[in-house]
Amino acid sequence: MAQAEQAGRADAGCWGPEPGADPLVLTAWTALAGVMDPEIPVLSVVDLGIVRSVERLDDGAGDGRCDGRLAVTVTPTYSGCPATGVIVLEVETALARAGLDATVRVVIAPPWTTDWISDTGRAKLAEVGIVPPPAAGKRALTAPLEAIACPLCGSTDTAQISRFGSTACKALHRCNACLEPFDVFKCH
Amino acid sequence: MTIDTQQALFGFALRLGDTSLVLGHRLSEWCGHAPELEEDIALTNIALDLVGHARLWLSLAGEAEGQGRDEDRLAYRRDVFDYRNHLLVEQPNRDFGHTIVRQFLHDAWAVELYERLATSPDAGVAGIAAKALKEVRYHVQHSAEWVIRLGDGTAVSHAKTQEALDRLWPYTGEMFEADAASSALAAAGIAPALADLRATWAARVADTVAEATLTRPADGWMHKGGLRGEHSEHLGYLLAEMQFLPRAYPDAVW
Repeated sequence: MAQAEQAGRADAGCWGPEPGADPLVLTAWTALAGVMDPEIPVLSVVDLGIVRSVERLDDGAGDGRCDGRLAVTVTPTYSGCPATGVIVLEVETALARAGLDATVRVVIAPPWTTDWISDTGRAKLAEVGIVPPPAAGKRALTAPLEAIACPLCGSTDTAQISRFGSTACKALHRCNACLEPFDVFKCH
Repeated sequence: MTIDTQQALFGFALRLGDTSLVLGHRLSEWCGHAPELEEDIALTNIALDLVGHARLWLSLAGEAEGQGRDEDRLAYRRDVFDYRNHLLVEQPNRDFGHTIVRQFLHDAWAVELYERLATSPDAGVAGIAAKALKEVRYHVQHSAEWVIRLGDGTAVSHAKTQEALDRLWPYTGEMFEADAASSALAAAGIAPALADLRATWAARVADTVAEATLTRPADGWMHKGGLRGEHSEHLGYLLAEMQFLPRAYPDAVW
């Protein structure tokens, strides 16, 4: 269970192993928790909520074939995210290093949402000065921006400089109090 | 002409994939040239999303066709006459106003279409649409804001934006034009009849155009041909640049 907690199951909304999951599956989740997003290297792919499932391929077959083989499903954040290919490669590498025989699949449905970023992930973003995404839901996509607090001085006197930032998942804001620009993880 | 569902899916996915790809490529031409850094980043971010949508649609097209063509084969080994994109998106960037108006007219359509496709009984279509919808909603907010800012801006920005709207308006009819593929999918309940998107698209466009203090052009004669591979001269130049590498070095891998 310590492993399960490490993989972030305790966080609401994100993905992780079921309590009492198979040891091989738990090993995979632990390995995945060590794969960092190449564009936001403080977040693991598990923190980011892009690992959708880890399953044993031999479940119920009982014929000895596929023994111990795993199927890992990941999802891209944005359709054109250039990091997706690298992420798949790094996930495959980490699973192989952990001694696992796993196939990695990429699926797009249901679409990734920032609500799947774990609480741990949100805390890590805040630590490096990236404002975590506001809670999603349909309204948040189109509603006016709520007051966003500057991650440096805490002032809520901030403004958006650009809807599009240094990566597909971030927007650029500025603090009117301390004048520093900062990144905001877009609600998606 | 009647065609089966797989053929229709191929044709429809090709239309959406080509339209996304060509517009994505057009926007990428602004990389390093946009009027300000933030906008340079915005246009290339949107380009990236659109190329992502193109990859998904063209992969689906290849699967539906069943001839072993993948997304790259479809993107890089077809000539102008085989492209099925709307003529609107191949129009050159000209000035920033033209780029923004072209984007807004397309984005407003894409939102309407993807909202409906997201509930398609075809899981492949619905999956791509639901994914793309989240992104095009963000795009249309951006392009609409710029239409308003430019239209309701200076006398010069207003005049240029109005000119862009007048020039591009005759290309909007094609977005609602039915062809054999879209009609077959509409009949099968897999996609909406494209003509049904027109009223909500027009209302959205009218709101933004009015707020931008621009004049909505009258619906008159509309350009057609993209769906039959009859394109403007501009697409050939675009493809020549986009396809150069895979044609010069066939089967090269990254």
